[in-house]
Amino acid sequence: MSTPPPAVQSGRVAVALRVLGVTALVGVATTVWLGLFVTPPDEFMGNLVRLLYVHPPMAWVAFLAYGVASLASLLYLWPRTRTERFDRLAGASAEVGVVFTGLTLVSGSIWGRPTWGAWWVWDPLLTTTALLFVFYLGYLALRRVPGELHVRARRSAIAALIAFIDVPIVYLSVEWWRSLHQAPTVLNPTTHKTYVHGSMAWTLLLGFVSFTLVYIWLTAHRYRLAELQDLEDTEGLDVALAERRAEAVAG
Amino acid sequence: MLRDAVLVAGKDLRIEVRSRVGLNQIGPFAIAVLLLFGLALGPDRQVLAPASAGLFWVAVLLSTILAVQRSYAIESADAARDGLRLSGLDPAGIFLGKASAVAAQLLVLEAALTIGVALLYGARLSGALVLVGACVAGTLGLAAIGTLYGVVASGLRVRETLLPLLFLPVVAPVLLAATKAWDEALAGTPSRAGGWLDVLVVFAVLYVAIGIVAFGPLLEDG
Repeated sequence: MSTPPPAVQSGRVAVALRVLGVTALVGVATTVWLGLFVTPPDEFMGNLVRLLYVHPPMAWVAFLAYGVASLASLLYLWPRTRTERFDRLAGASAEVGVVFTGLTLVSGSIWGRPTWGAWWVWDPLLTTTALLFVFYLGYLALRRVPGELHVRARRSAIAALIAFIDVPIVYLSVEWWRSLHQAPTVLNPTTHKTYVHGSMAWTLLLGFVSFTLVYIWLTAHRYRLAELQDLEDTEGLDVALAERRAEAVAG
Repeated sequence: MLRDAVLVAGKDLRIEVRSRVGLNQIGPFAIAVLLLFGLALGPDRQVLAPASAGLFWVAVLLSTILAVQRSYAIESADAARDGLRLSGLDPAGIFLGKASAVAAQLLVLEAALTIGVALLYGARLSGALVLVGACVAGTLGLAAIGTLYGVVASGLRVRETLLPLLFLPVVAPVLLAATKAWDEALAGTPSRAGGWLDVLVVFAVLYVAIGIVAFGPLLEDG
């Protein structure tokens, strides 16, 4: 290869990513250790509170991921900021978002069963999250359909924006629907404000930070993979393989 | 744009009148869905009547998928889609035309389904204005978003499976609002359906607007 293609990842970026990954994993491990062994059980929820050190951070990452995907899609559709990078970012972020939405729903259900007495309640946030999960599975399926890069990018971006506009309508209508059916039974106020001080607060904060780092780390890797896949599609396997080898030697 | 919309809608509806795919296939499909709901919930009218609004709208949602797929199936034969692109018609007009043709067919279907839920589930029809208003606004929203996703999926090999997956989660608010509006009307309190009708109108206006803007580029891509 005479001139390296733009996708070549410099050694510095690779090192930074590796540091980020290690930090994220250490952070998650510390959260688990603090959450399971160091923090005391909650006055009201008992040991169940330990799930709350990971569940809200997972949900936060899921929504952050969809937010980034929507923003990247919008930037792709805007002619002045249209670059393939935003398309790849949208795809990478949405994929990580789907994983974390799945984790959020599962961990929320496990927490909800003993707390509310049901695996599922038709709360606006839960319902919106579940619909987003299904929708983004469709979005990823749409992205997997082969086609020219710009065609795929445009239709994916439009699909992502349709979902984005849908979210507030879904949320508000479910909220309204619920309020007409029965009083919300989610989170009663006495349990809600219990985890706010001491080691519990720090553990939760660490959870948020480390899961966000995990999100950035995974998205960066997924982005990189998408870049190589696109390169393979456009310039052939040889270039992509050569790049990967050069990266392995450099890293 | 409106003239083009009328042309395209006229073409689609003429094809339907001559081929009768909607009448012979989508209509019977919707009635089969109503019958199956009845079997699933049991013959008790006290269970079926209160659920009839929701079951009606689920049947409409499922039929919308078929109607949209049909709407693009007629463009895929004989490279009709390329003809449409070469025709010089305004893409926004094509979108409005195709969406209104789908909406018109769905409205006819809804009239039949209304009779169906009255006969099969024992729903007592009342609040006609709200029933019709929810049908018109809800159907416009469904047709708009269906037509938009239809063009996204139409050129793809996986269109039959992808369209429902993209379409159904997004139209959840239509199902919810239209069902609630119908519930109120059937319960004899149509005056309380106002807010739900607003949701349907907002949804329809938003997605018709998005369709007008986004349809052109999507049609070119396919």
